[in-house]
This record gives sequence, C-alpha cells and structure tokens, in this order.
Amino acid sequence: MEGPMASVIEEGGRGLIRRPSATTGFWSWFTTVDHKKIGLMYGGSSFIFFLIGGLEALIIRSQLAGPDQHLVTAAQYDQIFTMHGLTMVFLFVMPMSAAFFNYLIPLMIGARDVAFPRLNAFSFWAFILGGLFLYSSWFLGGAPNGGWFGYPPNSTTDPSIGMTFYTLGLLITGIASSVGAVNLAVTIINMRAKGMTLFRMPIFIWMGLVVQFLLAFSLPIITVALVEMLFDRRFGTHFFDPTAGGDPILWQHLFWLFGHPEVYILVLPAFGIFSEILPVFSRKPLFGYQFVAFSGIAIGFIGFGVWAHHMFAAGLGPVANTAFGVSTAIIAVPTGVKIFNWMATMAQGDLHFDSPMLFAVGGIAMFVIGGLSGVTHSIVPADYQQTDTYYIVAHFHYVLFGGAVFGLFAGMYYWWPKVFGKMLSERLGKVHFWLFVVGMNLTFGPMHILGLQGMIRRTYTYPATLGLTFYNQVASVGSFTIAIAMLVFIVNVLKTARHPKGLENEDPWDARTIEWMTSCPPPVHNFDEVPEVHSLDEFWHRKYTTDERTGELIRIPAGAAPEHDPGHEAAAGHAIHLPSPSFWPLVAATGLPLLGYGILYSWYLVGAAAFIILVGFIGWALEPSVAE
Amino acid sequence: MRKKVLWALGLVALALGLASCAPHATQDTLKAQGPYAQQIKSLFVPVFWIAAAVFVLVEGGIVFIALKWRHRKGVNRTPPQTHGNTRLEIAWTIAPALILAVVMVPTIATIWSLAKPPPANALNITVQGHQWWWGFSYTDADMKTGYGTNAPISTADVMVIPAGRTVYLSLASEGGALNGGVAGPNPDFQVIHSFWIPELAGKQDVVPGRTNHILIQADTPGTYYGQCAEFCGLQHGKMKVRVVALSPIDWTAWVANQKLPSDTPTDPLATQGMDTFLNPLSGGRGSCIACHSIGGTTAAGTAGPNLTHFAAYTHSCFAGCDWNTSDTAALQAWLRDPNAVKLGSKMPNYHLSPDEINALVAYLKSLN
Repeated sequence: MEGPMASVIEEGGRGLIRRPSATTGFWSWFTTVDHKKIGLMYGGSSFIFFLIGGLEALIIRSQLAGPDQHLVTAAQYDQIFTMHGLTMVFLFVMPMSAAFFNYLIPLMIGARDVAFPRLNAFSFWAFILGGLFLYSSWFLGGAPNGGWFGYPPNSTTDPSIGMTFYTLGLLITGIASSVGAVNLAVTIINMRAKGMTLFRMPIFIWMGLVVQFLLAFSLPIITVALVEMLFDRRFGTHFFDPTAGGDPILWQHLFWLFGHPEVYILVLPAFGIFSEILPVFSRKPLFGYQFVAFSGIAIGFIGFGVWAHHMFAAGLGPVANTAFGVSTAIIAVPTGVKIFNWMATMAQGDLHFDSPMLFAVGGIAMFVIGGLSGVTHSIVPADYQQTDTYYIVAHFHYVLFGGAVFGLFAGMYYWWPKVFGKMLSERLGKVHFWLFVVGMNLTFGPMHILGLQGMIRRTYTYPATLGLTFYNQVASVGSFTIAIAMLVFIVNVLKTARHPKGLENEDPWDARTIEWMTSCPPPVHNFDEVPEVHSLDEFWHRKYTTDERTGELIRIPAGAAPEHDPGHEAAAGHAIHLPSPSFWPLVAATGLPLLGYGILYSWYLVGAAAFIILVGFIGWALEPSVAE
Repeated sequence: MRKKVLWALGLVALALGLASCAPHATQDTLKAQGPYAQQIKSLFVPVFWIAAAVFVLVEGGIVFIALKWRHRKGVNRTPPQTHGNTRLEIAWTIAPALILAVVMVPTIATIWSLAKPPPANALNITVQGHQWWWGFSYTDADMKTGYGTNAPISTADVMVIPAGRTVYLSLASEGGALNGGVAGPNPDFQVIHSFWIPELAGKQDVVPGRTNHILIQADTPGTYYGQCAEFCGLQHGKMKVRVVALSPIDWTAWVANQKLPSDTPTDPLATQGMDTFLNPLSGGRGSCIACHSIGGTTAAGTAGPNLTHFAAYTHSCFAGCDWNTSDTAALQAWLRDPNAVKLGSKMPNYHLSPDEINALVAYLKSLN
C-alpha cells in the first residue's frame, strides 16, 4: 500500500447513509473524490466562467468602442466590469490553476491521490456553489457593482444588494481556496514518491507549493476584511465608516495585503507551466533549476511586502511611498531571473514550436511587457499619474492575460493528451495562438497609451472631446479577435472530442517528468507501480543517457517507455486500494451558499444551512472508510 | 514561422502608424503644463526609455533565440545538456538590481520633492468631492466674500487659479453618516474620490475622514481638464473638472467679482426665475434653496453646488462638468429631469413646468 491509502482503515462501521460506490456514470461525478475527476470538473467549470467573463469583456469593449455610447447603462456597466474582474480572478484563473494542481500534482509527484480526497471534493463544490451564488445576484436585485477591489465607503453605502453578494460570494470561494491550499500543500510535502526529494520536484510543483502557502497566508486577510464589510453592510457596524471612527483606508490595506500576493497566486502557476514546457520542447534541462525555484519562493515572500503600491495616491505619505516604491522595484529582480533563465533554457536548444511551446514562449514575451510596465509603478511619482487609468488596465492584462492565461493554455495544449488520451489539432492550435497574440496586443497595447492620455479606469463612457476614440476602437477590435481565437479553441476541443481515444505514442512530446510514465489518460490509481525517482527529470533520464566519449545524448533503446501489460495492470489495479466516493463533501458544501442566502434574507435559512453543514460534517466524520 | 512573425509585426506597425492620426488628448499626462506635472514627466520619460531598451533587448533576445535554435525538419541535433551557470545567473540577478537602484535615486528624490510644504505665497483651496461634482473653497483670509457672513469664495465644477502661482490643495471629504450599512439613499454620505488634472499634477485621493494635500501649478493661462480618478459610484465616469488659470490682471478681476454678491436680475423672465428659485415650489414640490446657495440672496443650501456666479465667463460647465453652461438646451434638459441626463444624480426631478424651466434658465444665465 502506498501514499494516502496507508491511512485508510479497512473496517466496516456504520455511517449515516450507505457510502456510494459507483465510479462511473453521471451521478458518480457528484460523489467522486478522485483528484483527476475533480481536476476535470474544476477545469470545465472554470472554463465556462472564463467564457462568461469574456462575454462581459466584450460588452465592456463594445460600450467603449466609441464615445458616448449607451449599449448598457452606467448601472449595468458597473456590474459588468465588477463581475468581469471577479469572474476572471476568482472563478477562472484561480480555479483553472486549481484544476491543473489537482490533476497534476499527484501525478507529478508519484502519488495516488491528494492527501485528503474528500476535502478536495469539498473545495470544488464550495468553489462552484460560491461562483453560482455570486452569479445568482444578477437575478436577485443586481450583481456587485463596486469593483473587484470594493473600496468602501462606496461599496458599503451602495444601496443595491450586489456588494453584499460580493462579500458572501468571496467568503465562500475563499473557503474553497483555503481548504484546497492546505490539502495540496500537505500533499506536496508528504506524498512524494520514493526518491523525489524537494530538489527533484518539477518546478511546476515548486510553484504549486509556493501558491498554496500564498493562499494559506493571504486568504485569512481578505476574509477578515470581507467579514467586516459584510457586517458594515448587513448589521450596521462601522469598520470603514469615518464618521463613526472607522477608516476606509483600513479596507485598502487589508484588501491589497491579500490582493498583491493574489497576483502571484494567479501568475505563479503559469510560471510553473512555462518551466515545464520549455525544457521539453527545447530538448534541454531547465537552466538554473535552483535559481528558478528560489526566485519563485522569493517572489512569494516579497509579494507580501509591496501591497501599498496600489495606494500611492491614497495619501500614505512620502515615507510609506518610498518604502513601497523600493520593495516594488525589488520584486522585479527575482521575476527577471526567471525570464533570463527561461531564455537560457531555450538558447542552444532544439526548439520544437508545437502549440504548447508557442503559448509558453508567447506568454513569456507578453509577460515581459507587463513586467516592465510593472516596474514603472515603482517610480512612485509616475504612478501618481498612472494609477487608476487604463495604463494600469494594460499592465495587469499583460501580466494576467499574457502571463497567466497564456500559461494556462500552454498547459492545456501540453497536458491534453495526458488527460484525454487525444491530441488537440496542432493546426488549429497555431491559429488560436496567433489570433491570441494579435488580439491581446491590439486590445491591451493601446490601453497603455490611453492611460497616459488620461483615460480613467471604470468609466462607462467617455466624450469625443477627450481624444481617446481611436485607441479605444483598436482595443475593441482586438477584443473580438481574442473572441475569435477562443472560438477556434472551442472548435478544436469539440473536433478532438469526436476522435476515438488512443494515442499513437503515449509520450507525444518526449517529456521529462513522471506523469508521462503512466497511460493517457491515467488509470484511476494513477500508476500501476509508482516509479522510484533518482533525479530531476526522472522520465528523461530513463529514456536518454549521455555518451561518455562524445557527450552526445543516446536514446536508451527499450524498457524505459511506459509499457502496457493489461494483465499486469489489472492485477496492480486490484491490489491498490483507493478511497471510496462520498456524498458528504457535496452536502456540506451545499450549506455554504444557503448560509449566504440566509444572511441576506432569513434567519430561518441560516439555521437550516447551519444544520445542513453540521449534518454534512458529522456524516463525513462518521463515514465508514470503504463502501459496503 | 518567420513569415507569421513578420506579419504580426506588420500589423502592429500598421496600428501604430494609424495611431499618429489620433487627435490631441486633453488629459495627456505627458503634456505637462506646470512644474509639478513636469517633475513627474521628467522622471517618467527617461525610465520609459530604459524600459524600452530592456524591452528591445529581452524581446529581441527571445525572437533571436526562437529563430536561431528552432528545429529544422530533417536536421537532428543534440543540444548541449546545460544545467546552468552560476556566474551567469548571479550576473543577471545583479544587473537588473543595479539598474533599479539607479532608477530609484531620482524616484525617491521626486517623491520627497513633491511632498514638500507649499511656498509661502501659495494660494490655498479646499477641494470637496461630491457624488458627482467637485466643490472648491478659497480659504485664504483675502479670499472672503464681501457679503453675508463673509464666507470663503466658493465655486463648483471649475476651479479658477492664478497662472504661475503655486496652489496648495486640501482635499477634504467631510461627510455625513455612512447610512449605517442599511440600504437606502442618503444624500449626505461621501465616498472616496481622486482629484486629477493630468497636465498640472499627479492624482491624489480625497478620502472621507482624512485631509490629503497636493500642489498644483499652471505655468500659463488656459483651461486644463481633469476628472475624478477613483471609482465613486454610478457617474464616476462623468465627474469631470476644469481648472481655469488666469493671468494676474484677469485673476484680480475674477477675485473682485467673486467677492460680490450675485446680480439681481432686471429682465422680467429672469426675475420670475429668481422668484421660483428662492421660494418653495408650488404644490409642495420642494425648493431649490434647500441645497443651493446664491450669494446675496436667501439661498444658503450647501448640499449642491454654489451658484452665485453661475454665469461667470470662467464657469464654463455644470453638473459634474459634463455640460457646458452656455448650452441652454442642456440646462433645460437638466432642470426637466436631472436623472434622465445623469442617472443617479442626487438632484431629484422637481417636475418643473416649461415656464418654470425657462425662467430658471434665464435667472441662472443672469448670474455673472
């Protein structure tokens, strides 16, 4: 017995209800605790949220395509831009990263599942129900309209119900992320295959570990802030009310003390993906593995010390502005290290520009632009001009679209055959990539200029007299180019879905890491036999050796590539004990949005929700370890 | 591959080429018109060029590497299995750190220079952010009005300053109760705004419960445009402001005029408008003076803009500076239903008759 199963006590016992056992079929998705299925559900649902957030972006760009347009009203616009931000941050990039982590961490460290499989299911259900809760606000009086940053007193005094949904919705998805963070951190720390020391972990796992710690330390801060705002809005407290001794600046500190690490929570997974893909498609090891790992850790630490650069115009004074200007400059250093190391990885390589590599290299090239405009934020007086303008919008879209989104798509193209046992079309992948590059530069490039020309953020319209029309038109054209690129991707996915399962080569990219040492898609128990790890890039070293005389790489002829012996597999599969499915994570998670509605509408519902959560956890605790 | 790169580059070049046709932007941060904006620009521009050089080197490097070492069909090459080079990596850790250290020197100097106390001859103005318009009070001792309680000169939407003289702004956001978090409109609450005239200075937030300060100065007479930069609710996008800088002679005349009470109209229509303004509206519809003040009359409300010199030539715009004062049709539309032209406006619809509207417009236009 390996990994998590060692802790499963094989005894009967009686739970509240019979433990489900089906691992296939529609309903099995609701009870699954398999990290791969949960990863897929994370991926699928966050992708749908990505499309919704994209539609919101298209409405924004249509409204701003010309001066004084009234496609949507100011009230609708405020809800749309707020939901665009919330959706892309909390309902797309974070859960899509969680999808990658869920699916890949156990496979890449040689584990059979995550440390706490039912808790993992609970994270997912809390996320999706939190997302749906947030979106239900559209039908219950209006979506949040105070911006994702939700500055009080505007957000606390707004009479519509939206910002209360904001506090509750983010609290629920925050529970999902906190639980998931602990789960994945424990998994990485405790469940690595034999021989996989910390410095034999793939960089993706390193970045995953850093992200889980960032989540674990930053989410409590936003939780405090959200609870205070909820109380201000719902129960008449005055945390952010200056007329009663409260302070609106307090929210800004709390929000950005979470909000800046959040940026790295969003972008470090992509850095991990870049670091996996570049060596594979360059046929070279990652240049300066330890520098890349440590720079990620450094970014994680320094990321907690730069938050006030979002507040340079708030009047904190020259001492604070100097300190945070300097810390903002410092964080550019480890980020630069990564970029140079990636370039050195590619240099002298044998570069294969398949879709994953295109997205990785393109993403790095785009991220460089966002990084450079980010450095200009440390030029504090310049930020007095640029903050709250489209210059900032341009900057963080180069970071988050160029960095995070390109990284996530690079990862999708790369691991698609691993997950689905089918290759995405290379031709459509390349079309997608080039439309993405052109579209994103057309959309976000001109926003630098718009910001410098004085276009403020979060404005639902602008007059022709401001002289901003042309670049806004360019940006709007760009946004629809991105939309077309997404259609190409969807067509690619649908076309691929019709192909029969099965790869000609189960190692299509000549990969380096051990997730490729099992079948595509992997069996439910991940590995028939968990490989023992002897070095970084274990799989690669099992395939290649260096000729001692010439220094040339030699492919080891046979026995290294994963082989399939059906009889062996079946036998292995029987010997491995996996956790049984469970209803309880879903039951417990269902209580969370109900609790939210209860706080909004009825104390009785709060009681009912609390009861459901309690029953969920008790049932969970008393559940027998295996299905009867 | 190379063709596609060229094609993409071509598109970008085309976009930039077309961009040169763009008209002059009126809130351009890089068209500094005073020393404070100029300090920021002088700092930003060299940093921009350093960043541009880094951009060219890094992006050029990526493209060069991608093209030079790309896999060619039929050529099987074994790349050297380099794992790293500590010296090189230390070098590219230290080099950016050095560049940044150099850049931080003038940055910190400028932070402190902009935070210096104002010169002794600075003009003091208190700026109030409202939803969604700006109010200005001239708080110096020699800027008091010559009527009533000798309150400070006060304007809305347009801030008039003397060209060539430093102005020290106190950004105050006095507000009423924050509504206790209970849903429902409260005309007194105040939210965070950010005061920004790009051609004159960087922006500074106007935070309830705090008083921030910023220095601005316009070198030459003229009109400078700006707007609220911190999201402040529904009409954040239309919370505009103008700064009119006057020559010394014009400034003296402007101050003298502002110290006078409002004109009493002689035109019958305007007189009728004055009556409408100062007396309760028929049928219990409320009254204008509950929120507005007009110097020298009984109108002394403070919730809305001060209208004493509404028609002064410097007062070129109204209602969040989104409409021109000279635009009679706009004035009429505003009085007909403020929320129809500016959703969320705190000024309610008083269901004024066309006659009342015409009279009020005539009165407002008489307020030089």
